[in-house]
Amino acid sequence: MTPVSRSAGVYALIVVLLLAAPPVISFTGQAFYLDLLTRALILAIAVASLNLIVGCGGMISLGHAAYIGIGAYSVGIPAYYEVYNGFIHLGLALACSAAFALLTGAVCLRTRGLYFILITLAFSQMLYFTLVSIDEYGADDGLLIHRRSEFGGALDLEHPAALYYAVLAALLLFLFAMHRLIHARFGRVIFGSKHNDSRMQALGFDTYKYRLACYVISGAMCGVAGFFLGNFTHFISPEMMDWTRSAELIFMLVIGGAGALFAPVTGTAAFLLLEEFLSGWTLHWHLMFGLLLIALVMFAGRGGLHGALMRLDHRPGGPGKR
Amino acid sequence: MDWHLLISQLLNGLQLGLLLFLLAAGLSLIFGIMDFINLSHGSFYMVGALVGASVAALTGSLLIAALAAVVAVFVVGAAVEWLVVCRLYNKDHLDHVLVTYGLILVFDSVARMIWGPAGAAIALPEALNGRIEIGDFVIPAYRLLIIACGLLAAAGLYFLVTRSRLGMLIRAGASNRVMVTALGVNIDRLYRIVFAIGAALAGFAGILIAPLTEAHIGMGNEIIIIAFVVVIVGGIGSVKGAFYAALLIGFIDTLGRSYLDDVLKLFLSNQSAETAAPALSAMLVYILMAGVLVCKPQGLFSAAGFNRR
Amino acid sequence: MKLSKPIIAAGILAALASLPAAAFAERVKIGFVTTLTTPAGVIGEDMMNAVNLAVEHLGGRMAGLDVEVLFEDDNFKPEVGKQKTDKLVKRDDVDFVAGYIWSNVLLASSKTVLDAGKFLISSNAGPSQLAGKSCHRNFFSTSWQNDQAPEAMGEVLNQQGVKTLYIMVPNYAAGKNMASGVERTFQGEVVGKDLTKWGKDRQLDFSAELAKARASGAEGLFIFYPGSAGGAFIKQYQQAGLRDILPLYSVFTVDSISLPRFQEARMEGVLGSKSTMFWAPDLDYPANRRFVRDFKARHGTYPSFYAAQSYDTINLIDSALRATGGDLSDPDALRAAMRKADYESVRGPYRYGRNHLPIQNFYLREVVADADGDWTTSVAATVYEDHQDSYAGECNL
Repeated sequence: MTPVSRSAGVYALIVVLLLAAPPVISFTGQAFYLDLLTRALILAIAVASLNLIVGCGGMISLGHAAYIGIGAYSVGIPAYYEVYNGFIHLGLALACSAAFALLTGAVCLRTRGLYFILITLAFSQMLYFTLVSIDEYGADDGLLIHRRSEFGGALDLEHPAALYYAVLAALLLFLFAMHRLIHARFGRVIFGSKHNDSRMQALGFDTYKYRLACYVISGAMCGVAGFFLGNFTHFISPEMMDWTRSAELIFMLVIGGAGALFAPVTGTAAFLLLEEFLSGWTLHWHLMFGLLLIALVMFAGRGGLHGALMRLDHRPGGPGKR
Repeated sequence: MDWHLLISQLLNGLQLGLLLFLLAAGLSLIFGIMDFINLSHGSFYMVGALVGASVAALTGSLLIAALAAVVAVFVVGAAVEWLVVCRLYNKDHLDHVLVTYGLILVFDSVARMIWGPAGAAIALPEALNGRIEIGDFVIPAYRLLIIACGLLAAAGLYFLVTRSRLGMLIRAGASNRVMVTALGVNIDRLYRIVFAIGAALAGFAGILIAPLTEAHIGMGNEIIIIAFVVVIVGGIGSVKGAFYAALLIGFIDTLGRSYLDDVLKLFLSNQSAETAAPALSAMLVYILMAGVLVCKPQGLFSAAGFNRR
Repeated sequence: MKLSKPIIAAGILAALASLPAAAFAERVKIGFVTTLTTPAGVIGEDMMNAVNLAVEHLGGRMAGLDVEVLFEDDNFKPEVGKQKTDKLVKRDDVDFVAGYIWSNVLLASSKTVLDAGKFLISSNAGPSQLAGKSCHRNFFSTSWQNDQAPEAMGEVLNQQGVKTLYIMVPNYAAGKNMASGVERTFQGEVVGKDLTKWGKDRQLDFSAELAKARASGAEGLFIFYPGSAGGAFIKQYQQAGLRDILPLYSVFTVDSISLPRFQEARMEGVLGSKSTMFWAPDLDYPANRRFVRDFKARHGTYPSFYAAQSYDTINLIDSALRATGGDLSDPDALRAAMRKADYESVRGPYRYGRNHLPIQNFYLREVVADADGDWTTSVAATVYEDHQDSYAGECNL
């Protein structure tokens, strides 16, 4: 079996399992686990958006949770004024996160490496402190969302399975779009700029504009994750855009294997399962979790879960370079 | 204008700046020379404070406590470098972030097991618990001691970097790592020493601040981000840059907390000034960083050589 | 509050589904959400110890049912707290959810519990929302509303003839509540107010603020710094030599968690400092004597107010079960029983307002050394008798 077909087979299996999850879970009567899955898929959208800039463009953002926050507040603030129209919520989430990405990205993308990591963090901290100080929207107490976004009769997000499928559909749509994007010229330019920016510029590409576009797409996508998260938790708070959340998104991506299309799904699932299992097991779970993170990088080799999967295919060479 | 208050605040800013410098100097060197992002640098700050608190409780001497803390953290730093960090230099930044975040969790958990969730407090000797008063002007004696120690450590580091053979290698490593290796320097040992010195500086900062804030679990995580901001503003790998940036941020943060509400009240209502001032003063350092990077994407005093990306 | 139909339906369904199981239940399950990790874990540990002591005092049984307490760690984050609450409600199917140190965690989690038709008991957080507009028939508190203790402190300041006040609180919702609480009752002039950075990178060096407070010439300094920040503040307050020129008035800052460490660090400056609270370790009620004595014997320190509230939480649940004879199936009967607060509270008798927050006394506490030389807080005066929070009027129950 060739590597491509092997991993494609695994991914197809994952999709089938995800599609079948709600009826299975409702059959066993454990509604809590559907919540866990929904949460994982929402975060997977956020991680996928991060994957676009990190995996393809080498732009490590430590401020990506800001877009989750923007998306969530796009639901919470209108709901506070009793506007429950989902199209308005979603539109706001997309527009605001894209605008924030455009404004901050224009500045951030002038820098690289550690400078980039920290300037993205700086902008998300500014947003965090701004929202903490706005008493009208609950400051750090946040706001309760009493009703989820309404999409007329077409879609009732109050129903757990409906929300789940909506999230899954969005995730698969984004993954497909990303797949097309990175294999188009756009993706090649971004990828080339990651490895040798000057050469790409010499070839006549304005890589800054390409990278900025990539950053804006990523931000808007993450805003959609925030839109779902706000709906899912019935709650918004500045805590959603805390920098440790941004760091967690990076971990999920690295665990899954940055750059690989399905890494966000497997990485997020692995991260959340680990957290859930360890925290239920011992009060000292932070210790176990820390040791696991260290061991993962030191001994598991490159490419996270995706890399491990690829190595199963052709043992000698290690993960194939994309 | 209340000049006494202004001078007090400038001294407070200086104290904060020097503490930040002790943290950021090591961070900047470690990144500049080894190209290694160490999120767990704050853990050394915590270990220094906790070890110092325990030794102080046992011996009753702050001086012995400080020495023990610095030595202990130097050893811990070298051990961490030997066990974990040295295996990661050839991996990318993502891996660094992941591993050092793991290290934070490990350090915090182990510290919690040893010292309990409440951490530890340090009693100050009577002589340091007092205040120095010149006319109306009053400043706690211990804060002056922090300033003195911070300046001393900064001077020591300056001589180490500019006047010693080790310092020469450090500077050479920061500006061109490949060349230093090519010249036959034992790069592994150099890295270990630099890492341990960086850790020891952070540990020293920890024991200095502990008598003011107490030593508690997770205290490093509260300051590490600002320390990174200092590194970035100063320019990666530059000790001089870290020094000026730390002082700049110390002053800006302190003066922001002191005067921003009065300034905002000039053109906002009292109510909105009261709300906006704390938010804005919390943001000031980030705004400063963004501003610096817009003008100088490599920081104020970048030691960037050929191996900087 | 508006609820959509599906939620109400879900609530009714959940209540119905729990009927047959509950009728034959042989044990009562209590979920307790608090902070066990992060620096704030020291508070959660105190609460956990108190809950365990309360269960032990009850012999592990309530009205013949075995008691099972499931502790969950909220990680100091609202979203994690909500997740853990979801788990307790949906997977473990607990009968009562209690705990919650932080207002934002409680608010985030409240919807899950209340929509599922279960009882929610706050063992600490007292946000104005749940006391006022968003009050709920199944929400109870064994603590207070955030504004109450600072309101009592404002009254104390008036009584002591303080004319000018400087305020320092952390910049988050509870901090602002504390400031507005004291400003509501204090009749003098507030000459300065600082909201300091709070959260994961909170500010613990208060040099600039203390210098401002000194320069302001105020006659009193009001603060609220819960957890380890309190220790840091008081140390710096003492080192700045403000004890004689700027007396300290605090709420929720000087407690049995911080006092042993102040004593360890020989910070005599805190002796005599004043705070207002609904309870103190030396309140002379039989239940309180037993609680404090056994807690001290077990853990070596005085219990904190967090512990006292948690101890009462378990006893409140016990009182409800005793009233229904161990029947968990009738929420109306349980609610009616809890409303009576018919148990031996460590704070002495109290009653519930219509928002299910205690109407209780508030005392002025002073830091003193006890007979063994250990530092503790002691009741100096009663500030308010039967005090009700100012949001109860907004509650439509």
